[in-house]
Amino acid sequence: MPKSYALVVIGAGPGGLCAATTAANWGLEVVVLDEQPAPGGQIYRAIAQSPPDRSALLGTDYQHGAELVQAFQASGAQYWPETSVWSLNAQRQIGILRQGQASLIQAKRVIVASGAMERPVPFPGWTLPGVMNAGAAQILLKSAGVVPADGTVIAGVGPLPLLVAWQYLRAGVGVKAILELSPLRNLWRAVPYLPGALGAGDYLQRGLKYTLDLVRGRVPIHYGVSHLQALGTDRIEAVSYGCDILGVQRRKTVTTDSLLVHFGVIPRTNLTQAVGCQHIWDRGQQCWRSQLDRWGNTTVPGIAVVGDSAGIGGARSAEHSGRLAALEAARSLGIMSAEERDRQAHNDLNWMKRDLQVRPFLEALYRLPDSLLIPADDSTLVCRCEEITAGQIRAAVRHGHTDPNRVKFYLRCGMGPCQGRQCAPTVAHVVAAEHKCPVSEFQPFRVRPPIRPLSINQLAHLKDV
Amino acid sequence: MDADVVIIGGGLMGSSTALHLAMADQRVIVLEKDSPGRHASGVNAGGLRQLNRHPAEIPLAVVAAEMWRDIQSLVGSDCDVRLKGQVRVAENEADMHKLEARATLVQSLGFDHEQIIERDRLFQLVPAVAPHCVGGLYTAGDGFARPYHALTAFRHKAESLGVVYRTGCRVTALDRVGGDWRVVTEQSRVEAPILVNCAGAWADKVCTDLGEPVPLEVGAPMMMVTERLPHFLDLVVGAASRKLSFKQMQNGTVLIGGAHLAAHDMAQEATDINFAKLSESSRTVLALFPRMAQVRIVRTWAGLEAFMPDRIPVIGPSAKVPNVFHAFGFSAHGFQLSPVVGRIMAQLILGQKSEIAIEPFAIQRFQVADDMQSSERVRAIAS
Repeated sequence: MPKSYALVVIGAGPGGLCAATTAANWGLEVVVLDEQPAPGGQIYRAIAQSPPDRSALLGTDYQHGAELVQAFQASGAQYWPETSVWSLNAQRQIGILRQGQASLIQAKRVIVASGAMERPVPFPGWTLPGVMNAGAAQILLKSAGVVPADGTVIAGVGPLPLLVAWQYLRAGVGVKAILELSPLRNLWRAVPYLPGALGAGDYLQRGLKYTLDLVRGRVPIHYGVSHLQALGTDRIEAVSYGCDILGVQRRKTVTTDSLLVHFGVIPRTNLTQAVGCQHIWDRGQQCWRSQLDRWGNTTVPGIAVVGDSAGIGGARSAEHSGRLAALEAARSLGIMSAEERDRQAHNDLNWMKRDLQVRPFLEALYRLPDSLLIPADDSTLVCRCEEITAGQIRAAVRHGHTDPNRVKFYLRCGMGPCQGRQCAPTVAHVVAAEHKCPVSEFQPFRVRPPIRPLSINQLAHLKDV
Repeated sequence: MDADVVIIGGGLMGSSTALHLAMADQRVIVLEKDSPGRHASGVNAGGLRQLNRHPAEIPLAVVAAEMWRDIQSLVGSDCDVRLKGQVRVAENEADMHKLEARATLVQSLGFDHEQIIERDRLFQLVPAVAPHCVGGLYTAGDGFARPYHALTAFRHKAESLGVVYRTGCRVTALDRVGGDWRVVTEQSRVEAPILVNCAGAWADKVCTDLGEPVPLEVGAPMMMVTERLPHFLDLVVGAASRKLSFKQMQNGTVLIGGAHLAAHDMAQEATDINFAKLSESSRTVLALFPRMAQVRIVRTWAGLEAFMPDRIPVIGPSAKVPNVFHAFGFSAHGFQLSPVVGRIMAQLILGQKSEIAIEPFAIQRFQVADDMQSSERVRAIAS
């Protein structure tokens, strides 16, 4: 029989760290499973090892992570670095891979804090070498200090392109252009949410500061860009895009051997999907997320989700949700009463509510248009693993494979090594568009374990720990 | 009357039956609770195997093999069929004796498709197999197809001949109205003189409703598939004394089955992979194909299938009620039989004689004991 722990937390970003710290401080036996070599998650990646000058370059937000890590280290929670999770089921049996050894462990409670992933948006040329996600580029900067040698173009939507450009500017990397792909009409749609957003901390002020610094640094920022395309044969040579200038569509081209793209982030839901938790389509965030109660409980007993993996709320909100789920875990394991939990949760519930006030504004401002979510060009690759194009998916729907799971069965899209992480949202959008109905009509791909590949040898030597 | 025949279950058996009936100008409605191929028909290993069949099934499998060779003419698609042979590998002399006894048995029944091969021939056919293997039992005409593609082809062909599929229609009640069967679903009701039960893992519910319960057990055989590899294997490989089905698909992935079962939950219609058992499968793969050690498994799954206690299906008319025909309980090896089973079902429904003897598959075999028990009970009460 696998060894059993009271609480297993999956992920060591702000949500996972706060959940583990809180639960351990209440006396629970806690194990944190982290894919990374050190705690902090993506946002505070390598916070404990980062040299002071790199931390300074990354800004004060980044340094806040150090406090979370210190509290976690003092809590007595066990930390298992470089441990990936390849399976989780409704009985809370967890398949892990640690130092090449695959094993199974059992948990009384599980808190999933697996964070967000960059929203995959296929566009013509997106698979050319030299095209990279801006978040992945930022990871290279945070963990290894690696940057594009000959400058770059940054395209996409949301605050991250601005932040990465700002960090590059400070690191002396040439940013040839920032292409903002959210439609200009989003501005007007976001206005009603502005008062709420202003009450939610300094999000907007920081966005403004990055923009002003970039303008001062003479980085060209183009708004209302459309028809993004990476050009090149063996690798990217140029970026072409459409630009609306005084009502006239112009086609422009920038020569570059590097294009960083970012279309916002969506929750990582592959674990909760593999468990069989219910997921709902979030119209504001344009993604699926687990159906949760206020404590982060999923529809499967004993499994909770916190932080961005529960729905994009940002790092501060992740801390609150982590603490809430930990209190609920302590209650369900008999450590505290429901009244005590509610008392302890009071501040976190309030702060989380306040913090999330910015979301409707950001969601409206950075809402992706259908032209980005649904590749218009039939030849655009949607599933990279199985090399399936948008045109093939449309043909499959017309052929009677009327929902995403049947398209998957038929075309194998989503059956490659990434298990549909990259193509699931796009397949759903394409299928829905063919039916002229909302994506919420469909269920996401059924996710089958292992959620990350495991070698035959590793599985052959599986052990219970 | 909405149709001549109503079929419960839009999987391969239901679709093949519908197709053959439509070819005989019957009007057919197929009721499917999910979408066709959601369970066993869509997610099985796709083996086209005469090798190692239960003796009662051999005549069916041999005719089915002929049909698969020319499946294009039946369904208008090649269903991605590959017929490069299947082999059961012997790892030692004891295995070899077991396979020789099997070959003798098959020959005694008048068939010659299972052939003993010596070590050299084995390594010619399967160069990648582990060096300790000593020979095997080989059927040249066997192979595999892609199940969901095959199902889609059967369904489309049936639809092109007028068969109507109603998906998302779970059957909630069966009634006799006049001379017809009335099948009530969550969405609608269908009336037809003839009712066909191809409900797979749910077929026993239909039987219970009809008053002839069967000892059907649901199992969920597990499968795993690897990343794509350069081509190295043509045949489907099994083993004489291990649970294994091992084949390389057209796209380079390797599909590994071994008849190990997942846990399942019929209420949720969900399966739960048992990794301890898949670990055993992986050790079998390592033993027979050591070169697979570093190959990555990208997905595992299990589908809900109907097993009968004797591991052969129920095919034929109901023993208790008129105008009802069954085809279910294929016990995880029905895929290959589906073309011929559909043809036989159509023959039975049209009042013709089955082209192959189906007595071993009669539903009565599960009722004799019950009837004896009940008559004993009657006697006991009477005395």
